[in-house]
Amino acid sequence: MALRNEASAQVVPVAVFRHRTLADREDLLGRLMLAPAMAYVLLLVGAPLVLAVLLSFSAATAGSLSFSWVGLRNFATIVSDPQFHSALSNTVLFTVVSQALVVILATAGAFVLDAAFVGRRLVRFLILLPWAAPVSLAAMAWTWIFDSTFSVINWTLKVAGVLHGWFYWFGDPTLAKIAIIAVHVWRTFPFATVIVLAGRASIPRDISEAAVIDGAGFWRKLFQVELPLLLPIVTVAVLFGVVFTSTDLGIVYLLTRGGPYNSTHVLASLAFQRGILGADLGQGAAIALFLLPVLIVVAAAMLRLARRTEVGT
Amino acid sequence: MTARRALRLVRRAILYAAATAFTVFAVMPFYWMILTAFKTNQDLYVGATDLSHVPWIFNQRPTLEHVKLLLAHTPYLTWVENTVFIGALVVLLTLIAAVPAGYSLARLTGRWGERLGIGIFLTYLIPPTLLFIPFARVIALLGLQNSVWALVLVYPTFTIPFCTWLMMGFFRSVPRDIEDQAMIDGYSRAAVIRKIVLPLAISGILTVVIFAFILVMQDFVYALTFISSVGKMTVSLGVPVALVRGDVFYWGSLMAACLITSIPIAVVYNLFIDRFIAGLTAGALKG
Repeated sequence: MALRNEASAQVVPVAVFRHRTLADREDLLGRLMLAPAMAYVLLLVGAPLVLAVLLSFSAATAGSLSFSWVGLRNFATIVSDPQFHSALSNTVLFTVVSQALVVILATAGAFVLDAAFVGRRLVRFLILLPWAAPVSLAAMAWTWIFDSTFSVINWTLKVAGVLHGWFYWFGDPTLAKIAIIAVHVWRTFPFATVIVLAGRASIPRDISEAAVIDGAGFWRKLFQVELPLLLPIVTVAVLFGVVFTSTDLGIVYLLTRGGPYNSTHVLASLAFQRGILGADLGQGAAIALFLLPVLIVVAAAMLRLARRTEVGT
Repeated sequence: MTARRALRLVRRAILYAAATAFTVFAVMPFYWMILTAFKTNQDLYVGATDLSHVPWIFNQRPTLEHVKLLLAHTPYLTWVENTVFIGALVVLLTLIAAVPAGYSLARLTGRWGERLGIGIFLTYLIPPTLLFIPFARVIALLGLQNSVWALVLVYPTFTIPFCTWLMMGFFRSVPRDIEDQAMIDGYSRAAVIRKIVLPLAISGILTVVIFAFILVMQDFVYALTFISSVGKMTVSLGVPVALVRGDVFYWGSLMAACLITSIPIAVVYNLFIDRFIAGLTAGALKG
């Protein structure tokens, strides 16, 4: 270090006499470098978000560019619509059930991947596959797995002697819901596992070791030391999972198109059906807007966590 | 002594059993893709009620028929071209916006930059399903309906926030001393960025390129909303929506398409996942 200072000592005066340019005005440079990203986000995320709210109070259609204010009419229509009720409760059901399962699977998965065993890297690669693959392609694989005539799951259950009748996966509302939740779990648990795994790595090992020295058994160590320490990072994983699941359109759209008898619609798929396919942008926007409270809660929770813990997102 | 050894053996057994269970659950659909993509039709379309025909294995010699059909007689390669074209432009736009913004937030803007950084990251949480309806209006206004340019315009709305956050994390992991030293040596801030910071952040930039491209490949909602002609579709829209003959799916080629598309993405994703996680967590650490 000292050597470098000496060697560069003769350069310093040059900097002193050099004319101050934009390149030295740090605050200005900072703003300038930030400008393109800020502009994009404000113009193409901020403005559309405002537009989404405005559209929900209008009778806008996809066909024309007219814009007429109708007040709360769209909301009145959807609130009295049983299909909207079922979409809302399905969104909650799919999100809560799948994320509850993901928490358990991801925590267990992180424990497994953190242990040393032969083939660990391969197992990690394979477990990540569902998250890395494009969601629409994965959904097609599942559509084929649940096919009414060729379902390999039915074949396996039959051979195992568990299934006596026949499962028409997308012909029965309950089965269709189970199928959708299964695909959500399958898709989000790898991501949650990797996040929890990273969180585990950042917890000092000596805390666990100290617990063992102090005489804590396996279960006590697990429930009173390791899991509480993991809680913040697991929460982060769940918050992401809630956003991905509650706002998903691809899985429901490709697996069931909201069927059978419109029993599996979620807010996103209903908004798509009414707003885009039905060309009633106003109503579609009103339906989609019901996702906003979820996102606000998630964002607030993330901010709190980021402030409280070092490992934030 | 023997009791402890037995306990350890049991623990090993549970560990391997759990690892196997997780792997089977994760991989099963991909294994099913492989089987379907290379099975002959006689082997493939046997109803699941026929319990004597085991669907989990190749009962006949594997065939390349489905792959040949996919490549020669379907628009799959056109979709690949479209995706690469859109992806390349989106990556370019993302780099232009996210790399300087990431540096600015990491070094030049102080405390309000930190808050702004979190704000930008939170916009990544605003999902396509909330924005596709207003975008339908915007795209119509711009006359970009059914055009790949609609996607080029819209995809950076999620790649820029995400990649800005990642770049901020990478820039923060570059030791500040190196930059301070260079400025003492007479470099301007701009020169420091060009000659010292960017070369050090190459791996971060590469990660951003990869992830921006993967995010583009994973989108389904925007493509479904804006694109209606088969010839303009991306892979993740075309394969599930347009790879059907009349009402009949041809599953062999469909699964071949899923397989050929997913596996390279998964391999690249896996190579970069550690840097990705490092960037995410470093972004949250107080600089």
